[in-house]
Amino acid sequence: MKVRILIGLALESILKNKMRAMLTMLGIVIGVAAVIVMVAVGYGARSRIHEQINSLGTNMIVITPGASVAGGVSQGAQAFANLTIADADKIRNEAQVVAAVSPVVISRAQIIAQGSNWRTMINGVDTAYQTIRDWQTEKGDFFSADDVRAVRAVAVLGHTVAQNIFGADDPTGEEIQIGATRFKVTGVLVPKGQTASGNDSDDIILVPYTTASTRLSGRPRIPQILASAPSGADIAAAQEEIRTLLRESHHVAQGDEDDFTVRNQTELAATAESSTQVMTLLMAAIASISLLVGGIGIMNIMLVSVTERTREIGIRLAIGARGSDVLTQFLVESIVMGIIGGIAGLALGIASAEVLASFTGWETQISPLVMLVAVGFSGAVGVFFGYYPAKKAAALNPIEALRYE
Amino acid sequence: MSDIVIETDKITKTYVSGTNEVKALRAVDLVVTRGELVAIMGASGSGKSTLMNLLGCLDTPTSGSYKLDGVRVDGLGRNELAAIRNQKLGFVFQGFNLLARTSAIKNVELPMLYDRSGRKRDTRALSVAALQRVGLGDRLDHLPNELSGGQQQRVAIARALVTEPALVLADEPTGNLDSRTSIEVMALFQALNEQGITIVVVTHEQDIAAYATRIVLMRDGQVLSDKPVANRRNAVSDLAERDRTAA
Repeated sequence: MKVRILIGLALESILKNKMRAMLTMLGIVIGVAAVIVMVAVGYGARSRIHEQINSLGTNMIVITPGASVAGGVSQGAQAFANLTIADADKIRNEAQVVAAVSPVVISRAQIIAQGSNWRTMINGVDTAYQTIRDWQTEKGDFFSADDVRAVRAVAVLGHTVAQNIFGADDPTGEEIQIGATRFKVTGVLVPKGQTASGNDSDDIILVPYTTASTRLSGRPRIPQILASAPSGADIAAAQEEIRTLLRESHHVAQGDEDDFTVRNQTELAATAESSTQVMTLLMAAIASISLLVGGIGIMNIMLVSVTERTREIGIRLAIGARGSDVLTQFLVESIVMGIIGGIAGLALGIASAEVLASFTGWETQISPLVMLVAVGFSGAVGVFFGYYPAKKAAALNPIEALRYE
Repeated sequence: MSDIVIETDKITKTYVSGTNEVKALRAVDLVVTRGELVAIMGASGSGKSTLMNLLGCLDTPTSGSYKLDGVRVDGLGRNELAAIRNQKLGFVFQGFNLLARTSAIKNVELPMLYDRSGRKRDTRALSVAALQRVGLGDRLDHLPNELSGGQQQRVAIARALVTEPALVLADEPTGNLDSRTSIEVMALFQALNEQGITIVVVTHEQDIAAYATRIVLMRDGQVLSDKPVANRRNAVSDLAERDRTAA
């Protein structure tokens, strides 16, 4: 029989029992919708983390003090504050495959300007920081190398800070007071949005690290050094070179663990990604249980249908249908039910994901592949759970089937 | 093509249930030639239904051979029997056995959906012609429950005819019909038989068998008698007679 006729028969039979078919398909609809929503949220989270990691900079390498593991015991990366400006200088001067280096001196301070005040993070950095983090200014300019050398009190504002203190006005050339020192604003950075941990990366002020370490924190040790490799392919080499240089300057004996940690952006991304991936998989697995339950619903109703239509099967067999014809007929019916349920579930899933996104602000993402897989899978559920009833129908004896009341 | 439509040679059918053996048919020899209208009669348990199932290729004999339209069909598999039923046989049942909620024309088209011979045919035109032949040319799109019993049986007959089978098998075709409609259906069978169609009717009613050309009487799984009908009745004149007496 032609596929068109088979599908026609299936639809006809489904329409004859609209309510029943709808309730049966509901199981698949809910199952598919649940899977779609879970995957959409998971993918959304992943792509967001990707974006955030990429927004950190290009080919970035992060050096933090302290070994991640010392003597088998995890110390936490900030256990020893043993990175110095000298370390940053050494990397800048001696490393071959490192494109840019900047120490990061971090402190928090209250800032006062224009009669308002704001508490924010002050990062003392080198001019190379702009290259490493690929962070352009939307107004004014970044401070210059000259500013760094001369320990000038100049500052670049993050977008959030500028908004909160100056509103829509251009703060370039204005003065702000950080702690007890007055700083001249040279520019405002373009917004980068939230960090992976949900913090506002634009709630920041950048000043020369020289100024920060002398006038703001006064501490010679620094919590972070950022560096970048010239290209993605050089990252591993650059990391290795930095390790060698730092072990040398920190006098780490051969065979001892590093007393610092060198990580690259991909590693940061991988950690964040693997945890979301596990969550997505887990959620999708739980959701697919409802798809399984939906499949059992199809099987149940197909068995009922075969019994109800025993006489019809007998007629078809008597006038020359083969067992395989009957098998295909019932199988197509359950596949059609599965696919219709799948498409409806897809629509419901997309709509739910949208609603969820608008209520929670989570990003959701549904790729065409996921849609195809969802509908295909619900068809497969139809095959799997429709096969047994269809087989049962095909194996009927025409004489007995015709006699069935 | 031979003129013999049915030729059985000592076919038997034995049903085994547990240790019990029931010999439903014991060595039946039956020959039906083209153009006959044969009635198979017998009380219930006489084996006529079993014979009907074997002749209709719905079941296979325990022993003996059966040639239908020149083709040996005993020993064939399920799928081959399905093809034989589709190509060479037309069925008319007591309970009409039409697909419910399916129009008359769709019911008649049904056998051609399962045709695997690869012939190109205009299934709709053939179905319309078959329905016209049984006098239902104006009821194409009616559903079975919108038709009277006699009309439903005519749709079933159209379905049996549409593939131009070698043999039409009717199992108690008048069992669910009142006496007048029964005669009408027999009138249709007689008319079709006049046009050369071979028909075998299984019935337990003497009145109905009287419209056949030949009566095969079964008892205890054997043919008791096999005789041409001496005073063959004509269904059309019987109908006219009834109308006269009613008026």
